[in-house]
Amino acid sequence: MAADPKQQATEERLAALTLPEGGGWLGAARKDALGRLEAVRLPGRRDEYWRYTNPAPLVQAAPALDVPDQVEDPFEGVDALVVTIDGDNIEIPGELPAGLEIGTLADAARADIHWAKELYGHREAAGSRPVSRPLAMLNSAFATNGLVIRATGKVAMPIHVRTGGGTDPILHHLVKVETGASVTVLESGIAGARSNIVTEIDVADDGTFHHIRVDGPTRARHGNTHLFARLGAESTFKSFTLSAHGELTRNEAVVELTGDDAVSHIAGAAFGQGDFHHDDTVFVIHDAENCESRQVYKKVLRDGAVGVFQGKILVKEGAQKTDGYQISQSLLLDDDSVFLAKPELEIYADDVACSHGSTTGAIDETALFYLRSRGVPERAATDLLVLSFLAEALEEIEDETLRANISGRLADWLSRD
Amino acid sequence: MTVLDEMRAKEGVDAETVERVKSLSGTYKHGWNTEIEMDYAPKGLSEDIVRLISEKNGEPDWMLEWRLEGYRRWVGMKEPKWAMVQYPEIDFQDQYYYARPASMLEKPKSLDDVDPKLLETYKKLGIPLKEQAILAGVEPEPGEEDRKVAVDAVFDSVSVGTTFQKELAKAGVIFCSISEAVREHPELVKKYLGSVVPQSDNYYATLNSAVFSDGSFVYIPKGVRCPMELSTYFRINAENTGQFERTLIIAEEGSYVSYLEGCTAPQRDVAQLHAAVVEIVVLDDAEVKYSTVQNWYPGDENGRGGIYNFVTKRADCRGDRSKVMWTQVETGSAVTWKYPSCILRGEASQGEFYSIAIANNFQQADTGTKMVHLGKNTRSRIVSKGISAGKAQNTYRGLVSMHPKAKNSRNYTQCDSLLIGSECGAHTVPYIEVRNNSSRVEHEATTSKVDDDQMFYCRSRGMDEEEAVALVVNGFCKEVLQALPMEFAMEAQQLVAISLEGSVG
Repeated sequence: MAADPKQQATEERLAALTLPEGGGWLGAARKDALGRLEAVRLPGRRDEYWRYTNPAPLVQAAPALDVPDQVEDPFEGVDALVVTIDGDNIEIPGELPAGLEIGTLADAARADIHWAKELYGHREAAGSRPVSRPLAMLNSAFATNGLVIRATGKVAMPIHVRTGGGTDPILHHLVKVETGASVTVLESGIAGARSNIVTEIDVADDGTFHHIRVDGPTRARHGNTHLFARLGAESTFKSFTLSAHGELTRNEAVVELTGDDAVSHIAGAAFGQGDFHHDDTVFVIHDAENCESRQVYKKVLRDGAVGVFQGKILVKEGAQKTDGYQISQSLLLDDDSVFLAKPELEIYADDVACSHGSTTGAIDETALFYLRSRGVPERAATDLLVLSFLAEALEEIEDETLRANISGRLADWLSRD
Repeated sequence: MTVLDEMRAKEGVDAETVERVKSLSGTYKHGWNTEIEMDYAPKGLSEDIVRLISEKNGEPDWMLEWRLEGYRRWVGMKEPKWAMVQYPEIDFQDQYYYARPASMLEKPKSLDDVDPKLLETYKKLGIPLKEQAILAGVEPEPGEEDRKVAVDAVFDSVSVGTTFQKELAKAGVIFCSISEAVREHPELVKKYLGSVVPQSDNYYATLNSAVFSDGSFVYIPKGVRCPMELSTYFRINAENTGQFERTLIIAEEGSYVSYLEGCTAPQRDVAQLHAAVVEIVVLDDAEVKYSTVQNWYPGDENGRGGIYNFVTKRADCRGDRSKVMWTQVETGSAVTWKYPSCILRGEASQGEFYSIAIANNFQQADTGTKMVHLGKNTRSRIVSKGISAGKAQNTYRGLVSMHPKAKNSRNYTQCDSLLIGSECGAHTVPYIEVRNNSSRVEHEATTSKVDDDQMFYCRSRGMDEEEAVALVVNGFCKEVLQALPMEFAMEAQQLVAISLEGSVG
């Protein structure tokens, strides 16, 4: 019998990697993740979970692309605490506001930080049930570094994590928001030609975590991210991602609402053309009463670009009074673009209101005609309609200043295409 | 038909159907078993059994070869596991693949020749008296036919009789058992059998290709509007018997037919297998309506017994402006695995799918549809209503696919789920694939419970809780019930209520 292609691909990739040195709790967590990975193997084309995205570029031993040039800072002008990850170098500001601790994974490995120990690989492992996420397992085993962020109070200034300078980075971040604390994390930069970034987040009761990520506008990049979050009672989790271009992006998010009255909003706005392939895969688990979850995903596709959305809301038995909402929409600007969606609901509690919607179509001819008849050139009119289409996702950004900043960035990038 | 006749026909149906349903008590209504001497093939499945089935049906060599090819493919296949249903491993060698009433070895010449127990079966099935006689071989009195429904009854493995053959023949319509069609109309069967659902389509369809024993065959010639509704009753009676019927419907250019299908089985502790295939070919400007009320035995309230229903139904809209409408009311079966689909190949062809799936107690249903848009200006509409109660699991699984060449096409999908009780589950698994931008695809799904305000309103008007739930659920299903032919609509409404009995309080 011929060798199993998944087995072969996994062996090739593992042969190209070295398990980072160091024992302790991190070493044990790495070995555990490696064991789990070897049991399930890296994803292949025939996996149902990779039905619409070919994982090969993310799996193969070496990245297929050259290291891209760094891009402009999308958060320029935003007053933030900047942390830079430049290859293996991590620079953290010397002075941090009260209620905030930031360290590196390497530091945490040496110290016996109990919360980090309890989080690392654990959220990720929990997020692999029932569907395994082998690329995240690979990350937990081989992550070279990452940030370890803990908020113990209300941190007003956002933390801006600017990542670059890597060739094929595997980064693993940990975020702990303690009871009643709040923090905002902004992410930007091109981590490398290929990147694998996992963020494990634990939001304790009454905590608040905001996350805004901007990817782009480089084209030659293969990115894979995972967000694994657990939400305590009355906590809030809001994550928004703007993606501009990129050959291959697979952003996965697994959010588990474990405390009553928790709120989770995840949103994404993406646009791209040509060889753009953008995949959002989201899994929201309701395991407590009276929680609210929202997922809003919008994609604008041009010149044969491919958009993928796989979203699932699971409401466990006993998670009564759940309010779950999911919308995935795409705008196909020409006949060659493709949108593939699998929005799922799996519900085991009766007193719930869950819904999902998905629409796909071309730009509204009437609206376009209206703008053209008012003398707006076709291209500008199209951009205007694209912006209004993406606006619903952008509205998920709570902070007005940040929303305005991102909107401006989006309009600028769009007009440059 | 005069207006008066039409009214009488309608009233006749109503009164009769209502009467029939009312006469049924709280639990499964068709759980009786007819003690008829059966002619069985040996248990298990092998090439010899396939040969035997073919021989019993007096089939030509090409048909046998076709079956054997199916069997050989099936041996190398694996049972699919992706559906959200769980059931113990099926031992395919522990089944009878062929059983027929012994009295049917020779076709009955008159009513006296018919096994009285078989007649009793028809009666219990609710097949109208007149048709019982016709099914049993008695010619109808001329001018006496006030209810225009031709019936084909399939009892275990064999079609036991088809009514109104003569009148249908006048219109050029062929409505007979598939085994008869293989003998009498081989050119049609050869041309179309397996052209929509190929032998190797999926595990159960392949099994069916090898062992199908009977089923119905319908051919509507060019430009003919079938003068009456066609109906098939399927009944599994014998124990440990699988039923594998195969239905083939061909609608030639500009023709129209409405086809109804009803299914029941006796109450047994051991699960029984049912793997049917329905193929529909629709040519230019033709229209086929296919309605099913599936009420196979669902198992008892502890989840024992019941029918495992693995069905492949597909319509191929080959012709331009052709149209297919699937309507299903799925209330029975312990496990349902069924996705009636439409291949919209012809330009401006249309596919519709209206479904009510009710799962109570330990029932599991994984059902939905596929709308594959290949031609330009094609349209499809999906309305699915899933109701879960008790400890049941109900899944809608569907695919809407717009191919690059299916320009200016349109799909609208609505999937609503209703949960009654906190131990059941309702799931939605749609796949949406859009590969051109002139088409529009819209999908909506909601999950909720029975509305408290509506319940309160009904209760305050003096209804008991069960009646109130039945009323609310019927309202929830309204769009689908309206799509059913008159024949079935009343029965379906009652079935909805009956299926949910014991789910509240």
